[in-house]
Amino acid sequence: MPTQPVDVLIIGAGASGAAIAWSLAETKMHILCLEQGDWMRPSEYPSSGRDWEARQLNDFHYSPNRRARDTDYPINDANSPIKIANFNGVGGGTVLYAGHFPRFHPSDFRVHTMDGVADDWPIDYATLAPYYDENDRMMGVSGLSGDPAYPPHEPMMAPLPLGKSGATLARGLNKLGWHWWPSDSAIASEDYEGRARCINLAHCTSGCAQGAKASTDVTYWPAAIRAGVELRTRCRVREITRHDDGMASGVIYYDADGKEQFQPAHVVILACNAIGTARILLNSNGLANSSGLVGKNLMFHPYARIAGWFDEELDGYRGPGNCIWSQEFYETDASRGFVRGYTFEFSRGQNPVMAAVHSMQIGRLPWGEDHHRAYRRLFCHRTGMVAICEDLPEEHNRVTLDPQLKDCHGIPAPKIDYTLSENSRRMLDHAVARASEILRAAGAHDVWYEAPLTDGGWHLMGTARMGIDPQRSVVNEWGRSHDVKNLFIVDGSIFVTSAGVNPTRTIQALALYVADNIKSRLATLFD
Amino acid sequence: MLSDDQRRTLRRIAEMMIPASTDYGVPSAADDAIFTDILRSFGRDEPHVMTVLRELGGFADLDPAGRQARVAQLREQHSEALKGLSSVILQCYYRDDRVMRSLGMEPRPPFPKGHEVEQGDWSLLDPVRKRPKFYREAP
Ligand SMILES: Cc1cc2nc3c(=O)[nH]c(=O)nc-3n(C[C@H](O)[C@H](O)[C@H](O)COP(=O)(O)OP(=O)(O)OC[C@H]3O[C@@H](n4cnc5c(N)ncnc54)[C@H](O)[C@@H]3O)c2cc1C
Ligand code: SF4
Repeated sequence: MPTQPVDVLIIGAGASGAAIAWSLAETKMHILCLEQGDWMRPSEYPSSGRDWEARQLNDFHYSPNRRARDTDYPINDANSPIKIANFNGVGGGTVLYAGHFPRFHPSDFRVHTMDGVADDWPIDYATLAPYYDENDRMMGVSGLSGDPAYPPHEPMMAPLPLGKSGATLARGLNKLGWHWWPSDSAIASEDYEGRARCINLAHCTSGCAQGAKASTDVTYWPAAIRAGVELRTRCRVREITRHDDGMASGVIYYDADGKEQFQPAHVVILACNAIGTARILLNSNGLANSSGLVGKNLMFHPYARIAGWFDEELDGYRGPGNCIWSQEFYETDASRGFVRGYTFEFSRGQNPVMAAVHSMQIGRLPWGEDHHRAYRRLFCHRTGMVAICEDLPEEHNRVTLDPQLKDCHGIPAPKIDYTLSENSRRMLDHAVARASEILRAAGAHDVWYEAPLTDGGWHLMGTARMGIDPQRSVVNEWGRSHDVKNLFIVDGSIFVTSAGVNPTRTIQALALYVADNIKSRLATLFD
Repeated sequence: MLSDDQRRTLRRIAEMMIPASTDYGVPSAADDAIFTDILRSFGRDEPHVMTVLRELGGFADLDPAGRQARVAQLREQHSEALKGLSSVILQCYYRDDRVMRSLGMEPRPPFPKGHEVEQGDWSLLDPVRKRPKFYREAP
């Protein structure tokens, strides 16, 4: 018997797939989500075992190429100075994300008008503001209202503790007279909606066993499933198929037994992140690509990591990485020698193994007699920050299909070509210099940095950008493909520019905004 | 499965990297319990470990100066492999009960007990609170 068509088929159960599934559930349509990965079991996350740090370097590593679970697909990122980080499973990247949860600023949607670079978004901050609020309620945000770097908004939980590290860094920032504020975090500082509060395991980036961090497997998905959404795991989509009239007819996927299946659908929604989504479209015979822009304009945020060592003991292995941020250098100032700007996000310390491994790699921890003395001067004495630099879209930064490399189902793997722009290089240099000043002002006796951070390709954006002009964009201003009127994209691919902040809160707000557009246009959706 | 020579080499490297210390009351990384842990913990670094062991045939029989010279050479020629092997040794060493205790840590995983983090001095935020808004309004 042929498989019955579903009303809506969502591909990918990560940050955006979960949000749109939940929002559309109230329509009572038959909604099916296909996800290539598994459900996670938080009680088995690394922080519940003695090998917690080793697992972060193995089956919970953020590089899919090193992690290499059978639910992962390989990515050829040899031609990029920034390597890809992701997670494939229910929750997607939010399983491993740090939960830094900044919003975009009003100027981030108007970079062409205000700074003469890239393109403006077809929507603005005011359009997204109610969806940011709705997403905040679903995810749960800790923070403090009144940040002078942002339009007013109200986090619902108290900020995460400053701790010794935050207080030390804040003193340095105050000496320089520079902005800082407790970070908005998708981490529950208080019990929230059935989730227990953070107990400072310091292991957010290998899954939160406590459930305090808002990954979508513990936020949106339980609510979406209760509302009737069907989620099928271990189903990897190979391509989207078409009717003769050019409309999407469904998808071909491999089920949990590796068998090829066809699932018809009236509406298809892509939520596979800016690499996975581009990969599926490129593998679907040029679908939705009359602009030629599918896969192009890939943006990361080039990161710098800067750390300092202090005489006094700091938080070390205690507490979430999230703490405070600074947007002193966020908005464009031409005198700095680059356009746009960056955010500093201040972290705490390191767990014992990471402190050893990293210190040895950067030449701070010797072999032999002096090892123990040196280690004790480093461990729990380090803190620092990352700088998240806005990346501007450039067509030569792109995702294509690798001619050789394939995943375990024989689907071509994505290939990344990316070069760091001169603007990004200057911004990174500026950030490293300012960060060193902060650390010295805070009392650091030794400072180290890496820029760009090689492993830092965790923010994936731009490969199916939104816009009003079908020749310059892949989806319209409410997420529908210009070419295929029953195909939508809701992940980070639709970003026009990247802003200088982590993207997930905006990705999810956009997914809710697209969902509302679908709901309010049901009668004319394909016009 | 490692050969006898490879085992002896690995043990020598572990000892060279982290010797025992009476000052800090900690064993070396070649201690029996830690070494047993190392042997079963190559994980995704197994190819790196094997590269090092292949390159360092006969290492355990060299005199200390000879061993230092071979490690220096390895650092030049196979730095990624050496990094992988070092990481495996450090992963096992810094989760050993005796080592964790000597660092003032309880020998346990972080979950479910968690840790305490002090709130810190929030009055530090007072000067920033006084600052006027500085984000740009967009047209
Ligand atoms: C280590 C790390 C730290 C991070 N920290 C932060 C942070 O602090 N703040 C922040 O805002 N962001 C952070 N991020 C990024 C954040 O995780 C992503 O922005 C977010 O998850 C992207 O959402 P998405 O919906 O676009 O895609 P994803 O969440 O990546 O979800 C895509 C889903 O699609 C599935 N999929 C892909 N291809 C297929 C296919 N062919 N068939 C079926 N399923 C498929 C994948 O398995 C995956 O589950 C971090 C990421 C990592 C890896
Ligand atoms: S620090 Fe908090 S959010 Fe992070 S893993 Fe621990 S409990 Fe979860």
